[in-house]
Amino acid sequence: MERTEAELIAAVLAGDAASFEPLVQKYSPRVFATARRYARRESEIEDIAQEVWLKAFEKLNGFRGEAPFEHWLMRLTVRTCYDFLRGHQRNRELAFSDLTEPENDWLERFVAQPEAASENAEAARLLVERVLERLSPSARLIITLLEIEDHSVKDIAALTGWSVPLVKVRAFRARAEMRKILAKLPRDKYL
Amino acid sequence: MNVAELQKKLIAAARANPPGDNVPYAFEKRVMALLAARAAGDNLVLWVRGLWRAAVSCTAIALLLGAWAFFNPATSAVDLSQNFENTLLAAVDQSAQTQ
Repeated sequence: MERTEAELIAAVLAGDAASFEPLVQKYSPRVFATARRYARRESEIEDIAQEVWLKAFEKLNGFRGEAPFEHWLMRLTVRTCYDFLRGHQRNRELAFSDLTEPENDWLERFVAQPEAASENAEAARLLVERVLERLSPSARLIITLLEIEDHSVKDIAALTGWSVPLVKVRAFRARAEMRKILAKLPRDKYL
Repeated sequence: MNVAELQKKLIAAARANPPGDNVPYAFEKRVMALLAARAAGDNLVLWVRGLWRAAVSCTAIALLLGAWAFFNPATSAVDLSQNFENTLLAAVDQSAQTQ
């Protein structure tokens, strides 16, 4: 008979580490999908997912069972991704010359006729990834959670551990930071 | 160029292309192996830590006893050696007395 999540967690806490495996199997797709929002290389994504599960095992006695295990795990995942972003801050300058030809074409199409540039194009996806990579860790986290994943401010506060006013301030700054990066793109080309 | 419009378009592009949720083959086995290795490492660390603590306290006790013996040589040394000799030769003394 299949054991429930609560039974599996209780068994792990009682010392049966093998009961942790079904939890890893069940929730790894969600952990990987979240990690892929913040890291590009598969090796980095695997490292994040591994770190999440090691932390989850270590901190499992802190899980009180008031909220579903998945919520608790997602909080841990988002915080691990944020730590990853802070530890891997790359060169954040984005010049027009860095863009590939399809990205340039898409941007030119957008400048000439905004409605003609489709958001479903692969170039748009790559361009937004590039722009997100140039954001500061907190700005990237906020833009991803708030604008792309459509979480509420309250949800983000719970996921990140930040207060609601801090989330609002950081969201405001993140949007401004993103606009600044985007405004710089065509200026590099046309001035 | 309308930056706000570009921002909206790019966010829409990110929304339209959610990342995949595929998990590498046998990932859960790897995690479980790591946890097992970590638990073994933890046990070793506990032992090493315990032994170090024991070594430190034993050294401290030895130093204290050494200091005590060093600063009270006359009384303790005589008493100890005499007591030791008496105990060791008690059987011989007893047999000599009976004879």
